[in-house]
Amino acid sequence: MVDNPLTKNIDMSRPPLDIAAYEANDGYQSVRKIAQGLGSADVLQLVKDSGLKGRGGAGFPTGLKWSFVPQGPDSPAQKYLVVNADEMEPGTFKDRLLMEGDPHLLLEGMIIAAYTIGASKAYIFLRGEYTRSVETLSHAIKEAYSKGYIGKNILNTGFDLDIILHTSAGRYICGEETALLNALEGKRANPRAKPPFPQVSGLWGKPTIVNNVETICNLPGILTYGVDWYHGLSRGKDHGTKLFGVSGKVKNPGCWEMPLGLPIRELLEDRAGGMRDGLSLRAFLPGGGSTDFMLPEHLDLKLDYDEIASVGSRLATGTMIILDDKTCPVGMVGNLMTFFAHESCGFCTPCRDGLPWVDAIFRELEEGRGQEKDLAILQEHVSYMGPGRTFCALAPGATAPLGSGLKYFADDFKAHIDKKCCPYKH
Amino acid sequence: MTADNVIASSAKQARQLTEAEIAEIEHEKELYPDNRAVGLEALKIVQKHQGWVSDESLLAIARYLDLPVADLEGVATFFNLVYRQPVGKKVILFCNSVSCWIMGCEGIRSHIKETLGVDFGQTTSDDQFTFIPVPCLGDCDRAPVMMVGEDLHRNLTPEKIDEIVAQYRGK
Repeated sequence: MVDNPLTKNIDMSRPPLDIAAYEANDGYQSVRKIAQGLGSADVLQLVKDSGLKGRGGAGFPTGLKWSFVPQGPDSPAQKYLVVNADEMEPGTFKDRLLMEGDPHLLLEGMIIAAYTIGASKAYIFLRGEYTRSVETLSHAIKEAYSKGYIGKNILNTGFDLDIILHTSAGRYICGEETALLNALEGKRANPRAKPPFPQVSGLWGKPTIVNNVETICNLPGILTYGVDWYHGLSRGKDHGTKLFGVSGKVKNPGCWEMPLGLPIRELLEDRAGGMRDGLSLRAFLPGGGSTDFMLPEHLDLKLDYDEIASVGSRLATGTMIILDDKTCPVGMVGNLMTFFAHESCGFCTPCRDGLPWVDAIFRELEEGRGQEKDLAILQEHVSYMGPGRTFCALAPGATAPLGSGLKYFADDFKAHIDKKCCPYKH
Repeated sequence: MTADNVIASSAKQARQLTEAEIAEIEHEKELYPDNRAVGLEALKIVQKHQGWVSDESLLAIARYLDLPVADLEGVATFFNLVYRQPVGKKVILFCNSVSCWIMGCEGIRSHIKETLGVDFGQTTSDDQFTFIPVPCLGDCDRAPVMMVGEDLHRNLTPEKIDEIVAQYRGK
């Protein structure tokens, strides 16, 4: 049986499979099952039973999310599916692989999701810089229309679906699902107040499901090979496989599909080849720029949602950023703060004013003008911009590397102040 | 702002959209239920044809789609990839996010600065390149990376920058 359902068709040394080759390797079988009578309630149950959790960062159970969409004759006739393909989390490079490597897998997953929630229109919200993804997806969409997998009355099911590729004009905040909906509606991408949640009132006020690319790409396997098969893929409590990436100064950086529950050490040492010669591992962010630092002592933990959470971090996007012992940790956190300050949408005060203040302090530290009291100000911001204090998750995301960085690298922060310079440069 | 500036900017007139621009905007109208959503698409379309979004273009889109100018301006200035100032023939989108930073993008930035004589936000004197930073380009295993126009360039080194610049200058 297949043990790498997300990447089984991917070989980046050639163009992605065309629709005939994709079909020949079990492609669009799930749509045929739907055409043979698998109902939307059945699919919803399968997805719930699979235990699939959202792969965009939050890890929310996908089936549960879908079940909030109102159904039945009294529900709004127009519903929407939106695929969040606005991959912009620092250090995250997984959705690009799926879209450039096997675009039909995403389309097949979208058909399943749209059918289940009753959406006749689906948008792919793709970041504009992903020009290669625009080509691969546009071509695949054309092929899928011509074969009748999308369009009117798909395989005589009576189900209609149009898929529209939207390229974004670029802002990190668009990854937040309600900000994404505002951007798609042509507005400034400020997040919306919740409730109402998008599942009930989303795009143009209609029930809307927003799912990450990788989440959607899990669906064809679940329908084609079954829930038991899916449960057998992982090595831990969570189900299925996941794309894991490693960047930074390791011997072999890259992105691989691995079972959830894999020990971190296996990913770092077996896949990424360990640290480059002469360097040792200082710390790492396990799932992109909005996660708390973890330490070498955590390497034997498993890559699943609960286990990473047990040491105060998050699996999030599953793409690790490695900090080595010759790179300045204060500089690394400062780089992240510059990013978050730049990408704040400016709507709520703690984020709009807090992040630039934090960023400015990091510049002072870098240039040797840092003072003892600055560290207290940074620490205060960890709580001022923390969960529950802001309108959305952007600033709380920034406090993850900030708070854990202040804790784990206290000596480095102090050295910048005492020596009046960055000790890694001098 | 001087009184002259105020008068000068308010005196700007919508330009005529080209037939090609109008055709593409009309196509987008079919994909979205209202004109507001088309507004952002129209900004991108006009930029594709004109290189950037001038006041005259912005006014033209607002008039064509019957959108409030202030709303459209608010959208145009919000997004990183809508240029409200003229840019060079090719825009260099330079990733300076965390993985590229660890892999030494600051050194590459310095090299570009020396080679092209421009830093972030600036255009070369021959109007060939505009150099701007961009959030994580999602190719972190081949950092440092940047885009020149629509093309992605990976595993950047100073030597590679020299080759890339020569290649585009030769075009």
